[in-house]
Parts: sequence; structure tokens; C-alpha cells
Amino acid sequence: MIESLFQNILNALQWGSFYSLIALGYCLVYGVLLLINFAHGDIFMVGAYISFFVVTFLLGNFGLIPGLPHWAVLALAVPLVMILTAGVGVTLERIAYRPLRRKGAHRLYVVITALMCGLILENGNLALLGASRRNFPALVDETVITVGGVNMTVLKLAVIVVAVLSFLFLRKVVVKTKIGMAMRAISYDKFAVPLMGIPVDTVIVFTFVLGSGFAGLAGLLFAMTYPVLDPYMGAMIGWKAFIAAVVGGIGSIRGAFAGGFLLGFVEIMVVAFFPSTFRDLIAFTILLLILWRKPTGLFGVARRTKI
Amino acid sequence: MTTTTTTPLQKFTVPVLLLAALAALCFGAQSGMMNLYVQSVIMFMGINIILSSSLNIVNGYMGEFACGHAGFMAVGAYVSSILSVWLFADDAVFGTAVLSPSLAVWLFPVVILAGGVAAAFAGLLVAVPSFKTRGDYLAIITIAANYIVKSTIENVGAIGGARGFMGMGRVTKAMDASLPLPWMMIWVFAGTVMTVWLINRFVSSTQGKGIIAICQDEIAAEIMSVNTNKMKIVAFMLSSGLAGVAGGLFAHVLGYVNPGSFTIMKSTECMVMVYLGGMGSLGGSVLSAVLFTLLLEALRPLQIIKWVVIPLMLVLLMQFRPEGIMGNRELPQLFPKLKKFYKFK
Repeated sequence: MIESLFQNILNALQWGSFYSLIALGYCLVYGVLLLINFAHGDIFMVGAYISFFVVTFLLGNFGLIPGLPHWAVLALAVPLVMILTAGVGVTLERIAYRPLRRKGAHRLYVVITALMCGLILENGNLALLGASRRNFPALVDETVITVGGVNMTVLKLAVIVVAVLSFLFLRKVVVKTKIGMAMRAISYDKFAVPLMGIPVDTVIVFTFVLGSGFAGLAGLLFAMTYPVLDPYMGAMIGWKAFIAAVVGGIGSIRGAFAGGFLLGFVEIMVVAFFPSTFRDLIAFTILLLILWRKPTGLFGVARRTKI
Repeated sequence: MTTTTTTPLQKFTVPVLLLAALAALCFGAQSGMMNLYVQSVIMFMGINIILSSSLNIVNGYMGEFACGHAGFMAVGAYVSSILSVWLFADDAVFGTAVLSPSLAVWLFPVVILAGGVAAAFAGLLVAVPSFKTRGDYLAIITIAANYIVKSTIENVGAIGGARGFMGMGRVTKAMDASLPLPWMMIWVFAGTVMTVWLINRFVSSTQGKGIIAICQDEIAAEIMSVNTNKMKIVAFMLSSGLAGVAGGLFAHVLGYVNPGSFTIMKSTECMVMVYLGGMGSLGGSVLSAVLFTLLLEALRPLQIIKWVVIPLMLVLLMQFRPEGIMGNRELPQLFPKLKKFYKFK
């Protein structure tokens, strides 16, 4: 009994790590621009596909150095995937969001644009690469380690560690660095910030680099853990991660991290004790109740509105 | 606003045109001039008009960002389908028909409205949390509500679960048997006209003004003695109730429903229609629903590329005309001379 509980907790930590990594990206962009970047789930999907191509390329005989060992492939793949996915995110910002921002369009129009960009990424991928699912090559040793009746793999632990490290890194960036201060400043008052000589566009691009980069990392880890890719994988997990970010209190890094793990826990525990088809029903009902009691999320602070 | 008297021309233009359109549709469907494909496209057009104009109450006039419209559509679709199959058709699960199938013609609107009422009560699921939450948090609540509804239906085995629910085809056949007219076309037409009329009346009423006031500034509206909580309940219930009507019609047009038709994707389609037409413009919603349905059909040969082209067009629309086709104006405001010829009340 206690063993299965620990096993479930471990699974929940891993599942929550994915939600957290994606929710962090939502939260960064929201924190700065007050924009729900609905395309984020699909950027995660693109990240998974990019990692598929990068890893296959590096493993293949036509790569840079044929016969590269697996650890070296992984070490090369992580930065490459993060950079390429960040490129996708920045491209979206540059061609879709920035012109709207320049025009001073209503926030809602930017949200719709984001939603549509997500659809374009999803279906564009489907049109380009076809509907056949892709198998991700195995990179890490899949040996199961059993500690006190709890089964774990190196990958499972790595996912959790990476999520925690990313959280600590992002928190450090936002709280301690100069550019992080600029990010918080923009979210506080976006009209006064340019007057203080802060390059708003650079800061926003940096935010998208961070958010999309970590979505790419999540995509790589997800593809390694569940090695089947399809174009719609990002939509569902993206919506859910967004909900997790909001329950944590959108705009707060701590909240997004906690919300991701909370959603992971709820889902895994529901599956452990109820039929698995009840997962969405119970998980969303719990989240709805939390939002009902605490409308600004767990860590969110209500903004005071003035007339 | 100087002339308050209504000339006979103004008074009768809209009813006469509508009757003529209905007669033309019935004749076309009955004589075989329109094949089944054209008929179903026209019916989906009507359903889309109901969906977009009802979502416009919340997303346009009230200025919220609700993205779970398909959930309420699902409630309406299932409730009215179950009722109509239980009442008018022999079914494996619900046994023999409770009422004579010949009554189906007369009681069908009641069944559809019952679906609408059920959906309106499901709307409370969103309306009550909306007292305290606004903006992005409310968006989440609506998404969650959509998931909850879909997941609940998937988990009820008696109504088919994820496999879907069928048998409405027998009800429409029973209607055709008792009086050979294109009944579904007539009911969709009636539902569409009723919805547009109702929303038009509602928006120009005192309550509607209250909702527009909430859109402008909620706190200021409250100070001006608008009962914001009540207004929100009214707006959400009306919007979701009409979505339920659309869902009921949708289910009976298809003769089969499954929870997979009511995903976030469907909600996104509804939102697209609202923003394409223009927030807070009823005429815009109607126009965009018609255009969007036609566009979907016209692009059908492109298959999956369709779903790249349509979002791309919307992205471009947002870049160059973010307020949508009509902005927040109505037809007579765009073409003032039209006022001489018709009055829609």
C-alpha cells in the first residue's frame, strides 16, 4: 500500500514536471505582456518534433560525426533543441504579436491571434509531415531501478530534477537579474517603462526566448519519456498546463510551478483510485472549486482596479 | 431619431422577406431543386448563426472572454436528443415511444426548448464563479466547464458514453411521415429567426444596456446601480441557453451526436465567428456565421490545409481589421439609407 503510494507520488512528480515546464512558459509571457500565449502548447509540440529531427540527424550516419555516443547526442541535442524552439517562439512574436502591439490593438485580438497561430502550427505540421506517428529513438538506458519497492528509471528522475532546476533558474533570472527586473517593470507599467530607457522589444523577445526554450526542453523530455509524437499532442497538454498556471496564480513563477505539480498530482491520484476516464472530470472540478474559492489562484495577488 | 412613426413598408419588409425565404427554402428542399448537401449546408448556417450570435452576448456585448460555448451546446444536444428519442421513438435503451410519433411535429419545439433550458442551467456553472472573477480567470473557468461537460457525457454509459447517441433520425422520419414537409429546415429557420430577434430585443432593453455597461466598466456600472451579478447570470444563462437550442438542432440535423463534436475546437470556431463579425454587432455575427460556413465548405477540397488557411486568414484579419467585418455597428448604422426600408424589432 505505502509502496504504491510512493510509486504514485513519483509518477505524479514526473507528470507534474511536464505541466510545470509548460506552465512556466505561459507564466513568463503572461507576466510580461498580460497575453495568454495560446500557441505555447503547440510550441511545445514543435519542440518535440524538432528534438525528433535533431536526435535522428545526430544519430544517423549522415550527421556531423557518424557514430556519436548517445550521451554526446543528448548533450548536443538539449541546447540545439532549446535554441531552435526559441527561434520558433520568437518568430511568432515577431510576425504575429509585435505588429498588433505596435498598433495598440486590444489585448483580446492578440489572444485570438495566438490561438490561430497555435492552430496553424498544429495543422501545418499535420499537412507537412503527415498524420503518421513518429517513434522517438531511445537515447537513455531504460533500466528500472527498484528502491524499496518503488520503480524508477534514470529518465524519470532526470525529468523531475530538470523541472526543479528550470524553476530555480527562471526564478533567479526574474528576481535577481537586471533583465528580470525589466520584465517585472513592464508587467507593472508598460507605459512608463519605455520612458525610463528600457528597450521593451528586447525584453519581450528575451521573454519569448526563455519561455519557448523551456517548452522545447519539455518537448525533448516528453518525447524521450513517451516516444510517440503526433501533431495534436501539444493542444491538450497546453490547455491543461495553462489551467495549471492560472490555478497557481498566473504571472507568478512560483504559482505556475506549484500549479503544474498540483494538476499532475490530482490527475495521477484520480487515475490511481477511480476509473481512468474520470481523470478530466474530477481534475477540472477540483480546479474549478479552487478558482471559485480563490479567484486569483493560489499565489496570485489581486490587482486593484481604479476608475 | 426624428421619425418615430413606422411606415407600412418598414413594418412589413422583414416579415415578408423572411416568409419568402422560408417558402423558397421549403419549396427548394421539397421539389428536389436543392440536394441534401445544399440543404445541410443551409441548416448548418442557421445553427452557426445561433451559436455566434448567442456567444456574442457574452464575448461581444459583455466583453468577457468565454471559450467554452461548445459545452453548453453539448448539454442542449444531449438533453433534447434523449427527450425526443424517449418520447417519440422506439429505442433499445429507453423502450417504446412514450407518446405517439405523430405528435412529434407539434412537440418538437418544446423538446428543443427543454434542451435550451437545461443548457441555461448548465450556464450557471460559469455564471456563479463569474461574480468574482474576470478576464483570464473566467476564460479558464469556461474552458474547464467545457471539459467537465464533455467528460461527464463520456462517463455516462446509458447515453452511449464516448460512442455517442443516436436515434434522432427516427424522430425526424416520424415528423416527415405525419406531414411531408422539410421539417428540420423549418425548425432550424424558426430557431435562427427567433434567436436573432430575441437577442436584438434583449440588447436594446434595459437589461441589455446593463450588460453593455458591464463591458465598459464593471465597477462604474455597479456604482450606477446596475445589478452586475444579476446581469451576469442573465447574460450567461441566455447565451448558454441559446447555445443549447443550437445544439439540439445540430443533433437532430445530424441524427447522431458524440462528445467528440463538442471539444474546445468547436468552441474556438464559435469564437472565430464572433470576432470575425465584430464584437457587439448582431448583424456582424449573422454575416460572419454565413460567410464562415460557406468558407468551410468552399475550402473542403483542400482537406487538412483548410485548417492552415482559415487561421491564417484570421491572423491577417486581426492585423489589418482587428474590429472584424462590422466593428460594433449594426447594418442601419453602416448604411443609414436602409432605415427607410426596414425596421427589425
